[in-house]
Amino acid sequence: MRTESKLGLALLLTPLLLWLALLIFIPQVDVFLVSLRERIGVGQYQTSLANYLTFFNEPLYLWTFLRTAMMSIVATLITLLIAFPVSYYIAKMIKGRMQSALFLLCLVPFWVSELVRTFGWMILLRETGVFSNILQFVGLASGPVEMLYNDGAIMVGLVYTSMLFMVVPLVTTLESLPDEVVEAGYDLGGNGLSVLREIIVPHAMPGIVSGCIVVFMLSLGNYLTPTMLGGKESLWFTELIYSQFIVRFNWELGAAFGFLLLMLSSAIVWGMLKLTGQSLEKTMG
Amino acid sequence: MIPSIPQPRLLTFAYGTYVALFFVFLALPLVVVAVFAFNDGQFPSLPWEGFTWNWFFGAERPMIGVFHERSILRAIGTSVFVAFLVSALSVCVGLSNAFLFNRYKFRGQSLLYVLMLLPLVIPGIVLGISILVFSSRVANEVWDAYQIDLEILRPGLWLVVLGQFSFITTIATLVVGARLQKFDRTLEEAALNLGASQLTAIRTVTLPFLRPALIGAFVVAFLMSFENFNTTLMLVGSDAPLTIAMFDRLKEGSTPLLNAVSLLLMIGSSLLALIMIAFQDKSKR
Repeated sequence: MRTESKLGLALLLTPLLLWLALLIFIPQVDVFLVSLRERIGVGQYQTSLANYLTFFNEPLYLWTFLRTAMMSIVATLITLLIAFPVSYYIAKMIKGRMQSALFLLCLVPFWVSELVRTFGWMILLRETGVFSNILQFVGLASGPVEMLYNDGAIMVGLVYTSMLFMVVPLVTTLESLPDEVVEAGYDLGGNGLSVLREIIVPHAMPGIVSGCIVVFMLSLGNYLTPTMLGGKESLWFTELIYSQFIVRFNWELGAAFGFLLLMLSSAIVWGMLKLTGQSLEKTMG
Repeated sequence: MIPSIPQPRLLTFAYGTYVALFFVFLALPLVVVAVFAFNDGQFPSLPWEGFTWNWFFGAERPMIGVFHERSILRAIGTSVFVAFLVSALSVCVGLSNAFLFNRYKFRGQSLLYVLMLLPLVIPGIVLGISILVFSSRVANEVWDAYQIDLEILRPGLWLVVLGQFSFITTIATLVVGARLQKFDRTLEEAALNLGASQLTAIRTVTLPFLRPALIGAFVVAFLMSFENFNTTLMLVGSDAPLTIAMFDRLKEGSTPLLNAVSLLLMIGSSLLALIMIAFQDKSKR
């Protein structure tokens, strides 16, 4: 390599390495180190697994952790089931201006802050809200109906918020499937279901995986939707992290929670990639 | 099913209806937020009390409009300031990264590429606490060693900028990198043959080609920063950006003022999106 290009390489590597080292890796390692500290006196710490023991011994923490993981998985599956037919419609059933118009319409909610979207659902679902009034007007309910502050409301909010991140990769991969291949499937005697199973879904796999990863991540790490739409009992793991850090000022336990959340999300992302034989570069890049 | 293969009318009709319902689902929360911005009452809920512009222009209690509400205006200013810094920084680093991955081949490059993608799969709240923990540690060490208080590393706008920058840079890198990959290297070689130096060639040939991607990356980064919640929540100090300020108000109970702010946000981000699409179209021609 010539000296000039070596210099260029070094110049371009510097910002990348500084960014990844100072803002991503060292901070994550530091969180892990803090999570291993146990406070034994004022300003005195010793290394121990006490914070992790607290997590495993306190049913509320463990329960919230598992609940958050389960609900995020369910939210991801529901999002996939709702988004797939719509994406297929946009990618294969219509063409031209109509296609780009509908695709653009899918993007619109993304341009608006998540706070506004959640606020919209609060107006729709609350006791004095739009749905409750419609039900009363039609005569299906005799009094105000509270639809907010339960797990169903959280689910609606999560699915709505992450819909776009499923639709975009699905439309992109489905668009690249040639019509002739689908026709060939029918010509060879397949019916709608077998064509879907043997041709369309395998072709869309990269899109399905990347959509699921992003939606899962967003649901798991969501703070706003569970806080605003969920009830007092519907805890979310990010709320525990927030309260340990900001309210209780117990950074050691909060760091342990944060590290566990990171491990959980990494494990599921890794597992999903392995299971489907995809790689992170292909699904994200 | 594809259009070229006949399907039962009923099935096609049901499919179309499903897609239409999906778009109603997407639009509903945004529509109610927008409509209740004009409700002449204290709550963004039914009953409808009549039409008013007061939540935008009202100057007296109980209806102080957006344009007379100091704290909201200040929060908007804060958000714009943060978003500008984050976008500028992340587009610069993203451009440098794109060149690094496109123009050089070195050992460990593919590993580095995967590492570069990681910020997208780390939950936002974990990024937030890790930067909070690490920067406090650095600030404390500096204080212990030199008795200098590094205000910049305490929760506040600078940490918010760093936190948002840490994952938005990945997106900027991907947007710019995708366009750089389409660049025809022979154009640059032609410039070199005509006697231009390497830097002049990049400045006069490559950068103009990248312009739409740079603008696109800037707009996307701006919007992502403006509406970011999770990372910001953990790093914010006394000056709250708009999403945090709105969240605090929403917790106390909402007035149509928040709807008015939300409607302005929707209009603002749609305008930005349109500008971006206009630029993208021009570059295709």
